[in-house]
Amino acid sequence: MSNLALIAMLLMLMALAYHLGLTRSRAVASHRDVRLHSRPGYYGTLVALWCGLPAFALFLLWSLFAAQLVDTLVVQQLPVDLVASLSDRELQTLMRRIAALADGRGVAGGGSPEELAAAAHMARLETIGQLSLAAVTAVVAVVGLVFARRRISPHWQARNHVERVITIALGASSAIAIFTTIGIVLSMLGEALRFFSFIHPADFFFGTVWNPRFSSAGAGAQGQFGLLPLLWGTLMVSVIALLVAIPVGLMTAIYMAEYASPWLRSVAKPIIEILAGIPTIVYGFFALTVIGPFLSMLGDLVGINIRTTSAMTAGIAMGIMIIPFVSSLSDDIITQVPKSLRDGALGLGATKSETIRQVVLPAALPGIVGAFLLAASRAIGETMIVVLAAGNNPVLHANPFEAVSTITVTIVNQLTGDMDFASPQSLVAFALGLTLFVITLGLNVIALVVVRKYRQQYE
Amino acid sequence: MTLSIEQRREHRLTTIEKSLARRHRKENGFRRLGLAAVLAGLTLVTILFASILTKGIPAFWQATLYTEIHFDPEVIDLPPAPVREAGETPYAFNERHTQWMTQVGLVNWQSLIDASLERALGEEVEPRQLRDLRALVASGERYALRDRFIADPSLLGDTVTIKMLAGADVDVWVKGNIDRDLPDARQQLSPQSRAWIDVLQDEDVLRQSFSTALFVNTDSRSSLASAGLAGAFMGSLFMMLVVIALSVPIGVSSAIYLEEFAPKNRLTDLIEININNLAAVPSIVFGLLGASIFIGYLGLPISAPLVGGLVLTLMTLPTIIIATRASLRSIPPSIRQAALGIGASRVQTVFHHVLPLALPGILTGSILGVAQALGETAPLLLIGMNAFVANVPGTPLEQSTALPVQIYLWQGNELRNFFEARTSAAIIVLLGLMLSLNALAIWLRKKFETRW
Amino acid sequence: MDTSTHSPSQAPSAATPSVSLGNGESRISRAKDKVKLKAESVDVFYGDTQAIKSIDLDIFENEVLAFIGPSGCGKSTFLRCLNRMNDTIDICRVEGRITLDGKDIYAPERDVVLLRAQVGIVFQKPNPFPKSIYENIAYGPRLHGLAKRKAELDDIVESSLRRAGLWEEVKDRLDKPGTGLSGGQQQRLCIARTVAVSPDVILMDEPCSALDPIATAKVEQLIDELSESYTIVMVTHNMQQAARVADRTAFFHMGDLVEVDSTDNIFTNPQDQRTHDYITGRFG
Repeated sequence: MSNLALIAMLLMLMALAYHLGLTRSRAVASHRDVRLHSRPGYYGTLVALWCGLPAFALFLLWSLFAAQLVDTLVVQQLPVDLVASLSDRELQTLMRRIAALADGRGVAGGGSPEELAAAAHMARLETIGQLSLAAVTAVVAVVGLVFARRRISPHWQARNHVERVITIALGASSAIAIFTTIGIVLSMLGEALRFFSFIHPADFFFGTVWNPRFSSAGAGAQGQFGLLPLLWGTLMVSVIALLVAIPVGLMTAIYMAEYASPWLRSVAKPIIEILAGIPTIVYGFFALTVIGPFLSMLGDLVGINIRTTSAMTAGIAMGIMIIPFVSSLSDDIITQVPKSLRDGALGLGATKSETIRQVVLPAALPGIVGAFLLAASRAIGETMIVVLAAGNNPVLHANPFEAVSTITVTIVNQLTGDMDFASPQSLVAFALGLTLFVITLGLNVIALVVVRKYRQQYE
Repeated sequence: MTLSIEQRREHRLTTIEKSLARRHRKENGFRRLGLAAVLAGLTLVTILFASILTKGIPAFWQATLYTEIHFDPEVIDLPPAPVREAGETPYAFNERHTQWMTQVGLVNWQSLIDASLERALGEEVEPRQLRDLRALVASGERYALRDRFIADPSLLGDTVTIKMLAGADVDVWVKGNIDRDLPDARQQLSPQSRAWIDVLQDEDVLRQSFSTALFVNTDSRSSLASAGLAGAFMGSLFMMLVVIALSVPIGVSSAIYLEEFAPKNRLTDLIEININNLAAVPSIVFGLLGASIFIGYLGLPISAPLVGGLVLTLMTLPTIIIATRASLRSIPPSIRQAALGIGASRVQTVFHHVLPLALPGILTGSILGVAQALGETAPLLLIGMNAFVANVPGTPLEQSTALPVQIYLWQGNELRNFFEARTSAAIIVLLGLMLSLNALAIWLRKKFETRW
Repeated sequence: MDTSTHSPSQAPSAATPSVSLGNGESRISRAKDKVKLKAESVDVFYGDTQAIKSIDLDIFENEVLAFIGPSGCGKSTFLRCLNRMNDTIDICRVEGRITLDGKDIYAPERDVVLLRAQVGIVFQKPNPFPKSIYENIAYGPRLHGLAKRKAELDDIVESSLRRAGLWEEVKDRLDKPGTGLSGGQQQRLCIARTVAVSPDVILMDEPCSALDPIATAKVEQLIDELSESYTIVMVTHNMQQAARVADRTAFFHMGDLVEVDSTDNIFTNPQDQRTHDYITGRFG
């Protein structure tokens, strides 16, 4: 709560600073009978920024490091032999108990004298910390205010300064996207390297058996972490999905772009695009309760045994999910093919379908291939459908009606439940994630370059 | 050149005429193929929605018992609830209150329910049949009864008609979701329980009633019939608040920077490719990022909506940036030139003229991004949001689950013939929320659509 | 054919009708034997707006007929009616009767594929397919199954390119993409592509508007040569061009066909005030 109070105080100071800057600049303007460089509002904003920004930065730094500092100080004050006798985990528990005592929640049994003493110390430290933080930020804010207010003069280019701050803030926001990518790469690379300290990369990338065992089985029972069965399962499901999505999606796009009446287009397009907005978990459920049983029934009719959860079930559901993705991308690309090319073929006496197949599609091919690659990347990274409907059977086999497992399913399996980042059983998730990231990154980059080239060709 | 023009023309006409029928057949075949694809898409949408609606809508009504409960003073033998005294530490009060609550918990609330069912059935139930009797009522109802009493101790000695959820198996039986001809050994309910159900239905004590439990309860493992979405809904709500609070301002700012201020150089090119790529990175990768950085490195709490919101924010950012840039790009340069021409700075031009015009597009894109985040499941599994949580979270830092994750958890429940419907109902709720967000976006786009 | 009679210097100047008549008459008399295309009270609508108002026009075999008029006057629209290219525009509706060799081209049983093989079209902007030069020319014959053997197809490609005067320029790079040619070459490639189907009539919609003067001259010369064996109807925004290549010229204004006559008559002795104003540069 006192943090909130501090923030409120700073905001109030900033409001005051704005007002002071405003009045001061007006006074300057009227007294000396000169033109200010900027409108008074900018001087107000600038003074407020001078007042608030350094104080908030200080506050942020403090919030990041204060808890650690207090903990360290409290641990130092604890009896040395007590600390030495505790494991890391026990020490953490002790610190939690002390913290609970310090903020008045209390612990069951009331706590030992050492704990109570430490808690009192902690409470004292925290109070001191809060008070000094409040004092220091207030001083910084006021100093900033006074300094900026004094600088107000007709020559001070307040607007330019404010705009510089705005531009920097905007630029910083766009850097977040870069940091996200760096974060993804670093986090996965780091954990994957730790995994490779347990398992040799060759055993991972070229291993044909996936049998990780459980981390609780002990260090002696190290499992086998072969990527190939998972990669194979991923490929199988993705290929089935693309075999469903590409013909239907592409033909839909062609019909919508070339044949459909405006009425049909306006009705059917949004309906099919609804498919794109449905969460993947829903497709997974649909696969499990409708597609799987349906395939099973078909199998019974023909006399073969088809499992409810299989590569086929998951692939079909995923295909349905990707249909709108393929169709809307292809639609965009087909409609970008210039009308003059169509006219050229039609003018020679080609029928509509001949025009489409022999002129429009070849001309749109690079773009459409790009769209297919993006669809493939989406299929490979899709998770929930396969978690629910693929059957989780990490074995190398070629029967699409059998259960398979994929990279994404395995990531979920290995990382849900106990989150112990020290065993190869959980760390393998990051190695798998890195593999997945590299594969999809490759597909995306190729696709984006191809599509971009294609766009430029017809601009 | 062996043929004259005239000969060629003659030859050409006859050749073309001969092949015309075949070519038109091909044309029609191609067109039909296209139409078939469109119809296939429409059919799939229909099947998808039909299957979910037919399964899910019945689950909004649930077998419910309306019986008279007598709050028997002999059974409920309790001192008055403790009140915090002046000068008492919260800890000490807590201690006293816990003691009292333990006493409340020791009251045999179930016996009140047993007694009321006996009255409704009009027969004495032998102790060995108590199991069959208790199978009729959701096991969580005794706690509901307890909470009702705690909230209003004056009920002591009264007899009140109370609505209680029937057990999940009862609901399945009443709705006919299990084959009634199955042998006893494969039935979920004993023959005695089934016979009682018929009696209670005849007396209209047991009937279908709108399931408020679905909306006001949290998930439950012991009392399956009372499992609800409230916890997951709050979890999703907190996450969406985090997503809106972070991804919209950051996304819009970075789009403005890239579109209006950034110099066109290698770096901005890289950022551009990077953003397009991030939009296509599998969502589960963001989950790994969250697990490793937010939980492993920064030590944020596991299963917390705050972490979920942060992960979804990173995932949604590219969508919002791309939509905002498209929206900014559609504002004609003449507007910018006009503003710059009368002496506005670039910042003023953007914030006073371009941004207001681009606002509808930005809003639409942001809503669509948030809707997408609302339906996302996979990354949340990796940051522990699939944990079983029995409380409605009060802050974004408490353990929680989310709507799509709840769907995932429910579809995996072993009591399939009850939870398949429950899951579909949850899907309807989720889709309802997402479609309303989408409808809002479409409405905004229509309302503010400007053609240049 | 005598191309020298169509030098630009002769056309639009204020020469007396008697002088110019002799020149124009000779060509018309040669061409006038047979009506190839006949339009009878043709109206064209785009949605609710009428773009063409009740046009009657005879087009004779092996003549070069030019449509001139200010932009938006409907000349391109009318041209595209002649091989039903307007079918591709949803909101476009054609009323009235257009016949090719006496047969209604808008009759329900009429096959548009066959019609367009008989009435080819060349567009304003060169639009070669993104395929090789050879494939560009071979596309039409292949489409219609006109060549049974490869040799036959080779023969058609060569003769069409020769007819378009492009053979010498491209014979060594037939497998190179057609889009790699210069603008003028591309347009002649498109003409060769049309010629490869051996149509009766070639429609040209401002075929030189995207070309430089040298390329334009080449295309004009080509039109002249083609008029020996093809009926050519061309739209042009360039009056000098009409004067250089056309036997007859039709003047369109706001959806009306104002007048049609021998090119010389139109440019020297227009009957309608609007034609007069247009060719003297008062508007357009």
